[in-house]
Amino acid sequence: MSADEKEESTILHVDMDAFYASVAELDNPQYKGKALVVGAGVRGVVLSANYEARKFGIRAAMPVGRAKRMAPHAIFIAPEHQRYSEISERVMAIFNSYTPLVEPISLDEAFLDVTGSQKLFGTGREIAAKIRAQVEKEEGITCSVGIAPSKFIAKLASQHCKPNGMLEIKSDRILEFLHPLPVRAIWGVGPKTAESLDRLGLHTVADIANTPRSTLIRALGDATGESLYELAWGRDYRDVVVNEPEKSIGNEETFSRDIDSPEEILREFLRMTEKATARLRDANLFAKTITIKIKFADFSSITRSKTLPLAIDSTHETYEVVKKLYVALRNDGARIRLVGVSLSNLQEDVPVQLELGARERGWREADSAIDKATARFGRASVRPGRLIKPEKESDEA
Amino acid sequence: MKFTVDQNSLTDGVNWVSRSLSTRPIKTELLGIKIDATGDEVILSGSDLETSSKAYFKADILEKGAVLVPGKLLAEISRSLPNKPISITLDGTRVLVTSGSAKFTLPTLSLNEYPNLPELPETTGTVASDTFATAVAQVAIAAGRDDSLPTLTGVHVEINEETITLAATDRYRLAVREFSWNPATPGFSTSALMRARTLADAAKSLVGSKNVSLSFAPTTSNDRLAGFSGDGKTMTSRMLDGTFPPYRHLLPTDSVTTAVVEVAPFLDSVRRVALVTDKTVPLRLEFKDGGVSLEAGAGEEAQATETIDVLLNGEPISIAFNPVFLADGLQAVGTPFVQISFTGSNKPAILTGRTEPNGASIENYRYLLMPMRYAS
Repeated sequence: MSADEKEESTILHVDMDAFYASVAELDNPQYKGKALVVGAGVRGVVLSANYEARKFGIRAAMPVGRAKRMAPHAIFIAPEHQRYSEISERVMAIFNSYTPLVEPISLDEAFLDVTGSQKLFGTGREIAAKIRAQVEKEEGITCSVGIAPSKFIAKLASQHCKPNGMLEIKSDRILEFLHPLPVRAIWGVGPKTAESLDRLGLHTVADIANTPRSTLIRALGDATGESLYELAWGRDYRDVVVNEPEKSIGNEETFSRDIDSPEEILREFLRMTEKATARLRDANLFAKTITIKIKFADFSSITRSKTLPLAIDSTHETYEVVKKLYVALRNDGARIRLVGVSLSNLQEDVPVQLELGARERGWREADSAIDKATARFGRASVRPGRLIKPEKESDEA
Repeated sequence: MKFTVDQNSLTDGVNWVSRSLSTRPIKTELLGIKIDATGDEVILSGSDLETSSKAYFKADILEKGAVLVPGKLLAEISRSLPNKPISITLDGTRVLVTSGSAKFTLPTLSLNEYPNLPELPETTGTVASDTFATAVAQVAIAAGRDDSLPTLTGVHVEINEETITLAATDRYRLAVREFSWNPATPGFSTSALMRARTLADAAKSLVGSKNVSLSFAPTTSNDRLAGFSGDGKTMTSRMLDGTFPPYRHLLPTDSVTTAVVEVAPFLDSVRRVALVTDKTVPLRLEFKDGGVSLEAGAGEEAQATETIDVLLNGEPISIAFNPVFLADGLQAVGTPFVQISFTGSNKPAILTGRTEPNGASIENYRYLLMPMRYAS
């Protein structure tokens, strides 16, 4: 796509307004107009709060206990994930009727590229209005839409017009809109980066835009510095990507006590590898990138990954990579509280390069037999020898 | 130290020893090239402790002496100078390089810290340099590049009296080449595993000499070194540890189908069709009486197909290969025609060369290639 075509405002960011809470209101009309919070259990967190509840300062991800203290009279409802998925699916289908280029970000949020739909359905702005009307009419809930030449600006615009609104930022107005915003508005600026920026005296997007690119790169590293500078000038060339398959499959486990023996650590890595690869095989996927994660007793954590030339799915081959990554760390007796294995760069139908002299039935066939046995007899039925807990050790030994 | 030498001799020598320099050596001195002016010749040395090289050339020596200078800098200077006599002089702690009106000053490194380089083991035989270079290149292409499997990054050298057999494999293909040589002592046999990259580099650089001398330290020696030398150039290299996998039984002896194809159009076609995909995506080939069709890509990806002539003997066959591995093999046979022998779609295929489409296949080089298949 050429830069000229991108000048037009044809990227939409559609965000459902307080999605879970709106669905709860829809299903329980008697609560409409009252402060409503989705999230239950004293130890749970708030998943969603309607706008009445937000007036009391209740926000998503806040502990339910705290939210109850802030608004004791609010209504607390347990989440119904099945219901959210159903509605989400129907809403995404509405999006798909306007353009095939729909990139769902989560159940309640998606990017749409309507560049090619304008002849049929009108400008980006007109399509946004049609989608908002149709979602409200058919599903009874509202959404907000940002319309802009890029994903970054479209998302900022939708956040700006919530709830139940729409905002178009044309290319000649991007900087005027973007520059007064706080640095946190930029995609990818979390608390840590914000702190670094704060130390440099950079508080608004304009501050970043007026800082030399080289200074940002020195302060924040190549990737972050470069991308912040580009975004601060409203430059975002990411395309709307349709239907990305599951991005990664991972398993991690925090131990009941910190461990430091290499044998024990590797055994845990094998256990995590076995779980993750079983899920991978279950989804008929293959992974090209293998990542290990370690969290130390002091809560610091590191990850290491390796990308292979050909994707794999067997426990054995994956564990070989995991082991190498761990050994290369030369971890020398540091106490570890968590290990994790994650598989990414996933592919569906993977060609296998046959090896010389390898047996015709290899690790893949062994794994598939194990998966079948596990499905039938449970997880403990067949597993690597090292993961079998010894019978109670004999005192005489 | 002070001597004068012509630019060609110096550059040739410096280029040869530079090959043994590491870019990230374990000590600074190993960044250097040692210049040693004795009698009527100059000896250059370079080493990364695994591989050590020396170059010898005649020079007009006015003052004897030895010095260690930064190797990369010396190489760049000597290459950039015009083809005129170059004079090299040690002046205090600096080395002056002058040629006509051009003048360079190089710092020196501590010669005291420079290691003693191993001696070339006794010559075990000689071979024509071009035969050696071709054979090594044909085999080295199949060697592994994964340093976590060091044995497979090597070329296996097996000497059995008057025949040398080279072999290398990365588990997906196997290249085997036989050639004759002139052993120094009759009845000699040994085997060695040499780093493929080092061997290929040395063999290629020794083509200027008519013959190459090979020397292999006896298997009983503590320091398992091999040496390669040509006119005015020597190199020693440590053999790789580990046992090369036994491979002879992997070479199928019979086939169900053989196909003969002209290499140049086939190679072009393989490269063109492979353009549409990632280099690890299989190239599907269908060998039929009328021709071989090549196809890559599937579904929504880009696709490409082509058909070229083939002389088929036996059952038609469909098979898929990694396009890079196939192209490597087609290039390595080095003949106008290639014979591909198949034993099945999931079984190894063997490439051998033919000079004429109906001639006999040349069996001294065999490139075995494992196919690819889809997992599900």
